[in-house]
Amino acid sequence: MARIFCDGSEAMARAAIASGLRFFAGYPMAPSSDLLEQLTGKLPRAGGVCVAAETEIEGVNMALGAAMTGNRAATGSTGQGVALMQETISECALHETPLVVFTVGRMQQDYFQSTRGGGWGDARTICMAPKDVPEAFELTQRVFHLADKYRMPAILLTDGMLARTQVSVDLTPLELEALPPKDWAVDGTGTGTGRSKTHWTWNEGKVNNPGPGPQKHWSNLAEKYAHVAQVEPRWEAIHTDDAEVLIVAFGTAAKFVEYVVGEMREEGHKVGLFRPITLWPFPEEALERAAATAKVVGVFELNAGQMIDDVKISVPNRRLVRAIGGISTDRSGLSIGDLLDAPVVRARIETLMTGVNA
Amino acid sequence: MNVAATVPPPNSVKRSPFGTKLLLSEDHPLCPGCGHPVALRVILEVLEELSLVGRSVGIFGHGCSAMMIGQMDVDLNLSLHGRAPATATGVKRMLPDRAVFTMQGDGDMVSEGLAEVLHTAARSEKITCFLLNNGVFGDTGGHMTAASVIGQRTKTDLTGRKAEEHGYPIPISKLVASLDGVSYVARASVHNAAGITQAKRFVRKAFEHQMQRTGFSLVEILTMCPTGWVSKTADGPAYMMETLGQQMGLGELKDSLAAG
Ligand SMILES: Cc1ncc(C[n+]2csc(CCOP(=O)(O)OP(=O)(O)O)c2C)c(N)n1
Ligand code: SF4
Ligand SMILES: [Mg+2]
Repeated sequence: MARIFCDGSEAMARAAIASGLRFFAGYPMAPSSDLLEQLTGKLPRAGGVCVAAETEIEGVNMALGAAMTGNRAATGSTGQGVALMQETISECALHETPLVVFTVGRMQQDYFQSTRGGGWGDARTICMAPKDVPEAFELTQRVFHLADKYRMPAILLTDGMLARTQVSVDLTPLELEALPPKDWAVDGTGTGTGRSKTHWTWNEGKVNNPGPGPQKHWSNLAEKYAHVAQVEPRWEAIHTDDAEVLIVAFGTAAKFVEYVVGEMREEGHKVGLFRPITLWPFPEEALERAAATAKVVGVFELNAGQMIDDVKISVPNRRLVRAIGGISTDRSGLSIGDLLDAPVVRARIETLMTGVNA
Repeated sequence: MNVAATVPPPNSVKRSPFGTKLLLSEDHPLCPGCGHPVALRVILEVLEELSLVGRSVGIFGHGCSAMMIGQMDVDLNLSLHGRAPATATGVKRMLPDRAVFTMQGDGDMVSEGLAEVLHTAARSEKITCFLLNNGVFGDTGGHMTAASVIGQRTKTDLTGRKAEEHGYPIPISKLVASLDGVSYVARASVHNAAGITQAKRFVRKAFEHQMQRTGFSLVEILTMCPTGWVSKTADGPAYMMETLGQQMGLGELKDSLAAG
C-alpha cells in the first residue's frame, strides 16, 4: 500500500475504514472535528454511514445501536464531549458492546476520563495512546480489533497536536488474527423464533432462555477484565535496563521525552523512558521491572497529574515518583503550550538529577 | 465470556394464549389494571400480522414496560433512559430492511429524552416510536413527568398538577407532527375495547409507513397507571379519560400517505 502525507485525523479515519468501520456519529468540537470531517467525506464512499449527531449523547447512543447489530461503529470527541458520553460508554462495557471512541484531547487532560471514566458500575474500557501519526494508524486498527475480540469499548486517546500534524504514513494495514463470527449480534432475525435476544446490562435473557443474570454476568465481566489486564498491556521501554533516572510519559509528550532521553544518553547520562501504550490495562508489571534500577521516577504528562497515580501503583517505592509535567496550554486553552519543547523537557528531567549522579 | 444457555427448539416454547406467539408467558409482572401489557400485546400482534417476525428489533426505554422484555420473543435492547430513538437510529441505519421501533414511557420520552425523539423525528429516521403515556413516572412510584396533564394526581402533587406551580405539559405528539420528515402521528388509548381496536389500527399504519420508508412515525398510546395515580384499579380507565384523554383527544394527527 502507498505512503501518503497526511495528518493524524486523516490517518485515524483511513485506519478506521481499513478496519471495516460501518458507522460513525459525531458532534463538532475542536480538536476532534477534523476526524468527523474526514469521515463525513470518506465513510459513505466506503459504503458506511456517517451521521452528524445533534448531541454527543445521541451520537454515542447511535453508535451503540449500530455496534449492537454486529457492525463496527465508533464516535469521537474531546474533553466535555466525551464526558457527555460516559453513561453510554460504561453501559457498553456492561452489555459487552464493542464501541470505539476517539478522544482527541486538549493537552493530556483526558487521562482520568479515558482510563477511569465517569460512568457507572464495574465497567472497564481499553485505552490506547499513540505517540505519533504512524502509530495512530496502527493503534486505530488495534482498538477496533480488541473491542471486537473482548466485546468491550475501546478508546484511542490522542491530542490536537497529533491530530493536526502532517507526516508521511505507510497505509499498509496490520495483519490481525481472525475473530469468531458475532453470534451475539442483535439484528431482528431472532424475533419470533424462540431464540430472540435481549441486549441488556443485567443479561437476564428471556423466560424461555434465561441469561446468567446480574450477579453472574457482572462477575463474568470482572474475570474478563482481569484476563485483559494480564494479556493486553503494551508498552515501550527505551534505555531502561540500567536507567537511574526513569521518565514515564505517554502519547505526544512521550515522543518529545524520547528525543531528549536519546540526546542525554549520547552524553552518557543514565536516563530511560517508559511509555505505556495501553493506558488501560496499564502495564504495571512492565513498569515495575523498568524501574528496578531507578533512583528517581519522573512523570512527564501535560496535565496537573493524572497518570502519576498509575505510576505510583506500579513502582514499588512510590516515594521515588515525582511529577515533572504540568498544565501547558496556549491562551485559547485548546492547544499545547510551552512545556512541549525539547529544551524545556530536558530542564525538567535535569531537576531530577541532583543527587542522583546519573 | 458468557456461557450460552441451552436453547430449546422453537416449538417447545410455551406461548401465551393471548393472540400473539410473540408473548412467551401468560403472566406479566406489572400491576393489576396497568395499561402497558395491553398496548404491548397490540404491538406484538401487529408485528406478526404484518409478517415482521424474523426482521424486527425493539429498543426499550426505562419504565415499567421494560419489565416485560424477557417475556417477548423479540430481539430487544434495553437502552439508556431517554436515548432509545438514538439507539434505534444506529440499528436502522445498519439494517434498513428491518422494522425498528422504540417503546418508551412519557418520563423516558418527554422528560429525559425530549431531544432524542425530536431530533430523530426531524432527521426523518425510518423508525417507529411508541409512547406509552400514563402521565407519570410509573416505575419510580408515580412522580410527575413533563407530560402530566393539569389536574392529574401524581406523587409529586396529590391534589393534582397546577400550572402556577408546575407549568404546563408538553404535547409531544403535536410537536412531533409539526416537523417536516414526520410521516405518521396518532394518539390512541387502551381504556376499552374500542380504544384498543383503534390503537391497533394506528400501530399497523405506523409500521406500514416505516416499511414504505415515508418517514418517521410516532404512536402515543394512553395507558392506565392506577398505582401512580393513587386510584382504584377499576377506576383507572375512567380516571385516564377524564384527565389525559379529555385534555389531549384521540385520533390521527398526521398521515402523509392519506394526504398525498
Ligand atoms: C438516567 C436515569 N435516571 C433515572 C432513572 C430511574 N427511572 C427508571 S424508569 C423511570 C421513568 C419511568 O417513567 P416513564 O418513562 O413514564 O415510564 P412508566 O414507568 O410510567 O411506564 C425513571 C426516572 C433511570 N433508570 N435512569
Ligand atoms: S406503576 Fe403504573 S405503569 Fe408501572 S406497572 Fe404499575 S400500573 Fe403499570
Ligand atoms: Mg409514564
